[in-house]
Amino acid sequence: MRRLHRPGDTPVHRLPPQCKLLAVLGFALAVVSTPREAFWAFAGHAVLLGLVAAAARVPPPFVVRRMAVETPFVLFAVLLPVVGRGPYTELWGVELSVEGLWAGWNILAKASLGVAASILLAATTEPRALLLGARRLRLPALLVQIATFMLRYADVVLGEMRRMRIARESRGFAARDVRHLPVVAKSAGALFIRSYERGERVHLAMLSRGYDGVMPALYDPPASARQWAVAAALPGAACAVALAAWIEVSGIGVPGMGVSGMGAG
Amino acid sequence: MHVPDGFFTTPVSIGAGVVAAAGVAVCLRGARRELDDRTAPLAGLVAAFIFAAQMLNFPVGAGTSGHLLGGALAAILAGPYTGVLCVTAVLLVQLLFADGGLTAIGVNVTLMALVTVVVAWGVLRGITRVLPRGRAGLLAASFAAAMISVPASALAFVGLFAIGGTTALDVGTVALAMGGIHLLIGVGEGLITALTVGAVLAARPDLVYGARGLTAPLRLRATPGAPGPTPSPAPGTATSTEGA
Repeated sequence: MRRLHRPGDTPVHRLPPQCKLLAVLGFALAVVSTPREAFWAFAGHAVLLGLVAAAARVPPPFVVRRMAVETPFVLFAVLLPVVGRGPYTELWGVELSVEGLWAGWNILAKASLGVAASILLAATTEPRALLLGARRLRLPALLVQIATFMLRYADVVLGEMRRMRIARESRGFAARDVRHLPVVAKSAGALFIRSYERGERVHLAMLSRGYDGVMPALYDPPASARQWAVAAALPGAACAVALAAWIEVSGIGVPGMGVSGMGAG
Repeated sequence: MHVPDGFFTTPVSIGAGVVAAAGVAVCLRGARRELDDRTAPLAGLVAAFIFAAQMLNFPVGAGTSGHLLGGALAAILAGPYTGVLCVTAVLLVQLLFADGGLTAIGVNVTLMALVTVVVAWGVLRGITRVLPRGRAGLLAASFAAAMISVPASALAFVGLFAIGGTTALDVGTVALAMGGIHLLIGVGEGLITALTVGAVLAARPDLVYGARGLTAPLRLRATPGAPGPTPSPAPGTATSTEGA
């Protein structure tokens, strides 16, 4: 599994996970509701994230490298101006759809800011702690438990898969075309059976240790009012930026809502 | 291919979030009824399996490779309720690895957990009712279920796109392109799903949820002349746990 967490002891690392989760959610909502015409507002959001990254001592290349996950949607956003509907405008000798340009920019800016915020969250918080935070935020306990088990055993199952692949390859197998699919599928079937049987053994082991449907949390600190206030700084500032952008955009007489703002062009 | 932040308008994201929450709530109740206190470890391990299986690349020719989405496979192997929970858990954990937007989690759960699993299970049940019981019928149904679940999810995406995506594209064109591409992806998904279900069926048929109720009931058959229970009146009934 990709390792996103960067252990550290900064104020951002020390915040309880539930505060950080809500802060990132608030930030993402503020970014999504920012009108796309306000270019400076997105720069403002990016500066806010930069400040958080600096406070958490997360180097910018770390964040940028991991933003590769959004590549498919970047491609989509880049294609939009080319395949979009008219009216068209000419840019560098290429005829591009005006609406497509706006839509592409909108997706690119908002998705990148969202991904960067999520990366910062994952870099400063252990996945296990994030799930504890999700439970504190009243996500269904059973769902959080399932996700916790998945997280805990993902490496075990992936290791099992890797050993199967090494076993296949040491016997000279290399999947080259569709005819090799049955071999891969048989491995997947064996992997499922092993995973399921491991689940049964884990359940019995849990029962013998007194499992009664609730997982004990060894370290689950409550958040103080001060910590909530610190965490609220990011979404608060982002909301202020979004609000200012709205006032400015509606001030120059562009009506509309959200991404359809420049619909009339 | 997880939908990021800002792809859909806020009302669509919130609407999809409500749908996802309701669907997951129903499945939490259903899974607890099926698996009682085994739900957490078993669904968690099946989710870890789906997570791993998604990394299992298979060649599709011309130098490209595809990977499993796993919604249909989870539904057929672990049952529809548990299947939805497994895919949801995978999406949640991937979210922690910054894959997919936090505000788009409702959209992602609706498209990849609810639509794929519900469509796959519906198709599976529909086909197994028509086809003769047994291994071949179940595998054919698995293939069709997984194949249809992929374009169905893509079309649901187009539907959301029509309600609240960008206005720059013609919805008909998008539907045609997405549906077409995903029908091809669906063929690969169907093949690997059916083959995987077949492999599990051969070793542990009792673990395949979708095969429940399809197998002939086990009967006692005494050898002639030996003391024992009276043979059942129907001649030639198979004693195996699998029909056909």
